[in-house]
Amino acid sequence: MTSQTTLLADDASCPASRSLWQLGWQRLRRDRIGLTALWVVLAFVLLALAGWLGLAGSHWRDEVAKPNMPPALFKDYGPATVELTAADIDAAQQHNTSAADASAATGMSAEDDPLAADMAAAQTQAAKAAPLAVTPANDSLLILGSDSRGRDVLQKVIQGTATSLLVGLSGALLAILIGTLLGALSGYFGRRVDDLLMWFYSVFTSVPDMLLLLAFSAVMSRGIDTVIMVMALTSWTGTYRLMRAEFMKHKGREYVQAADAIGASHRSRMFRHILPNVTHLLLVQFSILTVALIKYEAILSFLGFGVGVSQTSWGAMLAEAPAELLQGYWWQMAAVTLFMSLLVTAFSMLTDSLRDALDPKVK
Amino acid sequence: MTQASPLLSVRNLGVSFRMESGEHFQALKGISFDIAANRTVALVGESGSGKSVTSMAIMRLLPENNTEITAGSEILFEGRNLLQADRRALRALRGRDIAMIFQDPMSSLNPVFTVGDQIIETLMLHTGMRRKAARQRAVALLKEVGLPEPDRKVDAYPHQLSGGQQQRVMIAMAIACEPKLLIADEPTTALDVTIQQQILQLLAELQKKHGMAVLFITHDLGLVGEFADEVIVMRHGEIREHGPLQQVFTQPQDAYTKALLNCRPQLDSRPARLAVIDDFLQDQPYQVPPQRERGYAPGDDIVLDVQGLCKSFESREGLFGKHVFHAVKDVSFQLARGKTLGIVGESGSGKTTVGLTLMRLHQASAGRALFNGQDILAMSPSEFHACKRRIQIIFQNPYASLNPRFTVEEILLEPMTLHAIGRDHAERKQLAAALLDRVGLPRRALQKYPHEFSGGQRQRIAIARCLTMKPDVLICDESVSALDVSVQAQVLNLLQDLQDECGLSYLFISHDLSVVKHISDQVMVMQHGQVVEQANADSLYANPQHPYTRQLLSAIPQGWPQQKGTQVA
Repeated sequence: MTSQTTLLADDASCPASRSLWQLGWQRLRRDRIGLTALWVVLAFVLLALAGWLGLAGSHWRDEVAKPNMPPALFKDYGPATVELTAADIDAAQQHNTSAADASAATGMSAEDDPLAADMAAAQTQAAKAAPLAVTPANDSLLILGSDSRGRDVLQKVIQGTATSLLVGLSGALLAILIGTLLGALSGYFGRRVDDLLMWFYSVFTSVPDMLLLLAFSAVMSRGIDTVIMVMALTSWTGTYRLMRAEFMKHKGREYVQAADAIGASHRSRMFRHILPNVTHLLLVQFSILTVALIKYEAILSFLGFGVGVSQTSWGAMLAEAPAELLQGYWWQMAAVTLFMSLLVTAFSMLTDSLRDALDPKVK
Repeated sequence: MTQASPLLSVRNLGVSFRMESGEHFQALKGISFDIAANRTVALVGESGSGKSVTSMAIMRLLPENNTEITAGSEILFEGRNLLQADRRALRALRGRDIAMIFQDPMSSLNPVFTVGDQIIETLMLHTGMRRKAARQRAVALLKEVGLPEPDRKVDAYPHQLSGGQQQRVMIAMAIACEPKLLIADEPTTALDVTIQQQILQLLAELQKKHGMAVLFITHDLGLVGEFADEVIVMRHGEIREHGPLQQVFTQPQDAYTKALLNCRPQLDSRPARLAVIDDFLQDQPYQVPPQRERGYAPGDDIVLDVQGLCKSFESREGLFGKHVFHAVKDVSFQLARGKTLGIVGESGSGKTTVGLTLMRLHQASAGRALFNGQDILAMSPSEFHACKRRIQIIFQNPYASLNPRFTVEEILLEPMTLHAIGRDHAERKQLAAALLDRVGLPRRALQKYPHEFSGGQRQRIAIARCLTMKPDVLICDESVSALDVSVQAQVLNLLQDLQDECGLSYLFISHDLSVVKHISDQVMVMQHGQVVEQANADSLYANPQHPYTRQLLSAIPQGWPQQKGTQVA
């Protein structure tokens, strides 16, 4: 054909071809905010990886410092930790005795007190044990201070990051899997299959999310795996609705009809043809869900339905905050808030940029 | 042409777009033209020629964030430079002095307001009319544009009107304030051929009656012959030719104009090979190839015999009610080996449904389709799978029919893998490369994605995909309708070559009667799901029997009436 020459000429000037994913990545790279958000999220994932592998934050249970020590930078700002000395105790006892004296006026003498001997014995025992009591070997300051048991808040927060991200990412992944599979079946086949699944979906969405979450976690035992299961089971519905609509839309598209015409099976049309054309939506859905689940995990743990007592997470740390705040120990809460809002904000911005970058306009 | 003060004067208009990659794309390369009052100027060009950008620039509707207008550009409307007018002045100007009609009336009308409300809004905004007076004027306008029952239709919602009626409403809105300049951007492209002719006549009447200037933008040179005064031919952001209608049609100066005039299939001749643009851009003068004879011969081997094909769709109405719509009613035809059967009809005639039902993409309601003696409609899905590769389909929209996430290699290899054609991957790849050669694409295309190709190239890929299965019958469902005239000629030539070479039989479905005439041996005219006429192409076009066929044929834009006989200047 005569046109062949022009086609070849066009071809020579054309650079190497890029898939839609590569084009998306190219667009994301030009988006400064999106790229920054991506790096922040990646840093968090690396931190969480280090937490899972025991490279960081694995000693969070060790009581390494004095209780409630403020962060290094703010060592003068927290309420002064009052260290009790023997003299203080004596003074307090003096005070008590004087009170006892006062009560003696009412007719009660030391000799009459049946517990006096036991109390004295107990006091000597306590005095003996006192030097053995856990006192930190060093007084060195911790960057983020320590909690009420003298545990390093930094280690706790790293461990918390690992737990929260694990819960968020795997919960979201599971929810996406369930939602995509059911949504694909429902949207692609329609009719009876759709009716059945829609009915199932309606049952799930008719119960308030939080109630469902609490009900599931109350029935199952506590632990990270339970939290993940509970979250996946309650949050697949949005993805299901989205995928159902997408598959309904795409199954009528000409490229799917063309696949039918060349003899591609239902499975091939669903997962080889349509699925790659909606994965960009799934990616965005995934990051939205991750953020939501990280927040849900915090709420669950705060309410005491979250991770077990031997584990820590951002929510578990926040649960300790009310008691601490009353006494003015603000740093544990501040550390968790800082980490969580940084990740959640970065994740949300990344989601936004991803949506812009992957929007397949080039079709 | 050069009057003292033209109504609109475009001077050195240059527009460039900033691309995502940061590069600039020069859409208009400094064009200049004038539109005098009370004249109709046609702006003709293929996609990417910059014709729509020109109209958007005049209306100042180009997106501001990525558009750059070259310094020194001027768009003078009655002596005022529109490029420097502020927003308030522009708002007053748009709709009142300059009005615009868009291509797709359905998406230009707001679906939640009645058409009356939308006209009334325009009137109240620009003329300060009171609501009651505006309503009366709206009814009068709808009557003027020829909408039946304007008193009732004024309260109709857009979806209650047909495409042609919607376009009439758009025209009523545009002329509501008696504009001095009417810009019509492909106003009939989305419409059927008979409706298209009515709208064109309406526009011509209104132009004369109101003394407007009209800028008529189209990709089809054939359309403008009937009512334009001047023609501007654009390509790649440049004006290739500008002159009075008669001169452009009878003595085109520019090679590109000559090519455009010749690469569209004509009703009165059928060259063995259609002219393409390159034929005119080379040094040797274009030689008209010999004519091709078409038509069924008595002894033809029948490859597909369709008898009494019916397809009805059921939709639910209310709780228990059912509404049955008969899309295809009792259609019978025979397709001979190596020949083409054209199916012509307007939208809603059921012509596409016939194609999809034969591919079993729709389940037929009744009828038989004997393919080499076997009824493919009665086969079980597994039996049909083996037959599938023998009957293939090329869809209308090459932008939608290729999976955007697949490379060309994956697209071509998939059917071969499914039908176990070729021994192994290497052999299949070899076959794919050979087919790309055959359809005129470089082998390097294998590693590319569909979005990197133009419409015509994509249609070639779709054709190559069908050819991988070596089909006997190819259903072409409006396969060239979405393509530019010049590209359409190339693809038609390719289809013809393949038929001559491999003995393919085509079922060629199209709304374009000239294209069908060019490629078909036999033609079948459909209306409301029924066949109204079926005959050999030449006899049907020369001697149409059914009134509907005659109506269709008379609606074909004739181009320049004296063009016949002076095809190549």
